[in-house]
Amino acid sequence: MAGVVNYHSSPHKNVREKHINEATWVRWSLISIAVLFIVIMIVLPLALVIVESLQKGFAVYIDAITDSDAFAALKLTLITALIAVPLNTVFGVLVAWAVSKFKFRGKQILLTLIDLPFAVSPVIAGLVFVLMFGAQGYFGPWLADHDIKVIFAVPGIIIATMFITVPFVAREIIPLMQQQGIGEEEAAISLGAKGFKVFWYVTLPNIKWGLLYGIILCNARAMGEFGAVSVVSGHIRGRTNTLPLHVEILYNEYQFSAAFAIASLLMLLAIFTLIVKAIVEWKEGLQSKRESIE
Amino acid sequence: MSFVKFKRKRSSARSIIPGFRLTLGISMFYLSIIVFIPLAIIFLKSFELTFEQFWAAVTNARVLASYRVSFITALCAALINTFFGLIVAWVLVRYQFPGKKIIDALVDIPFALPTAVAGIALTAIYAKNGWIGSNLEPLGIKVAYAPLGIIVALTFIGIPFVVRTVQPVIEDLEKDMEEAAVMLGAYRFRTFFRIILPTLFPALLTGFTLAFARGIGEYGSVVFISGNMPLKTEISPLLIMTKLEQYDYAGATAIAAVMLIVSFILLLAINLLQWRMNRRMTSNS
Repeated sequence: MAGVVNYHSSPHKNVREKHINEATWVRWSLISIAVLFIVIMIVLPLALVIVESLQKGFAVYIDAITDSDAFAALKLTLITALIAVPLNTVFGVLVAWAVSKFKFRGKQILLTLIDLPFAVSPVIAGLVFVLMFGAQGYFGPWLADHDIKVIFAVPGIIIATMFITVPFVAREIIPLMQQQGIGEEEAAISLGAKGFKVFWYVTLPNIKWGLLYGIILCNARAMGEFGAVSVVSGHIRGRTNTLPLHVEILYNEYQFSAAFAIASLLMLLAIFTLIVKAIVEWKEGLQSKRESIE
Repeated sequence: MSFVKFKRKRSSARSIIPGFRLTLGISMFYLSIIVFIPLAIIFLKSFELTFEQFWAAVTNARVLASYRVSFITALCAALINTFFGLIVAWVLVRYQFPGKKIIDALVDIPFALPTAVAGIALTAIYAKNGWIGSNLEPLGIKVAYAPLGIIVALTFIGIPFVVRTVQPVIEDLEKDMEEAAVMLGAYRFRTFFRIILPTLFPALLTGFTLAFARGIGEYGSVVFISGNMPLKTEISPLLIMTKLEQYDYAGATAIAAVMLIVSFILLLAINLLQWRMNRRMTSNS
């Protein structure tokens, strides 16, 4: 399901000669339709976020993003990402190693299962943890006895985010590692390299750019998750609000400029993510060019 | 031929690469705790209901209406994305034009942009006084706070899916078939519909299913724009949320179980499609 995540457009040109190409007017109409579609559907919303956030002036914008509740939301968002992203990165690398370096029965099923969180509605992702750790949940009474709060508290937000972002790193590096095969690792081992060293010195340099993009994308999704977090958070201002939830609260209170100001921060995160993707594609292009020269 | 032999040899020999049990073991453990056990609990909890209770919960008029809204809007959005996604993918692969790189990069925005941000931005654009909404208002077309708004939000969310599944397939299209079609006297138009489109069909179907699956579960972008009127613009994920807020855990779980089954079926369909596509591509080369 996540095939789309790791598609990198190839730089080589695919332009056809005249006799197997469309007439000029067809070409330009199709280009116009495509550009118009992207402009209306994607550029317009991005532009609107900027315009709306600055509508009441720069001072209001600065006030909104330096507000103490916004700051608390930012802090919680960072904490959540700081826990969820490294754990999912370790998982991603481990599962990619198992899937790409070995042959075993049920590999296809495992690959499908990694995709599960993609197919599940974020609201359901939140619901499952309420059913587990909520007051009436399976572990609820035990947690209450030990005075541990998971739902409507920070741990719930973190675990729901982890659920949603499980596939991202794995899906980004599995195709890369499968493509690279096991030749280099086998060579390293026959020369006497052991265990983790093989990964660190042989595999990692080959996948570092893909891994970087996987981590950045995972991070963007972790910081931006709304549905799942919304279910488990309880929306306590300054305590269990992440940035996307803060946007919702401000919006529902008709503080539109403030809501769009916070939204613009999240938008920058998305744009930063795509810039990293562009750099990674460029670096991977260089890498494969160098390899083909060698 | 030698390649086939080589492969067979390697699979029968024991791998000298270390860490199989360790990496697979830890991965499975992690997946079980974070994904499998939590999802299993939905079904476990559903079994606590009697069949009559479950049936009543999932066939209530308001619930049925929410399935209908979710299904129809996700279907429309996926169809729109299939049509425009094909054009965008085609244009990005085959033609040269200024700003192409930027358009290509923008396609990924819905994937990286938090859904809540998309939700409020689209609502502001399509509201009565919005950039587009104010132009549609005199024509009597209402987008925000109407089913059309849900379709717009789901279309936004689904853009990358069709484009990114079709793009590599267009890149891999062989020139020969198009050449042959021209030589046999086919016009370009006919070549496209008879030769190119059938080749792209599996990828289009995969992209459609991905966009559809994503649309059915989507919550963040839709809640802002839909207006959330029961029976009219209330999607299933929102109804789960509402039931939770009313502490109706059984009702929420029952709807979730139905949605999960639909998701599983779609995930299975997607994997079968992708598996077939990969097999066809490898057998061709």
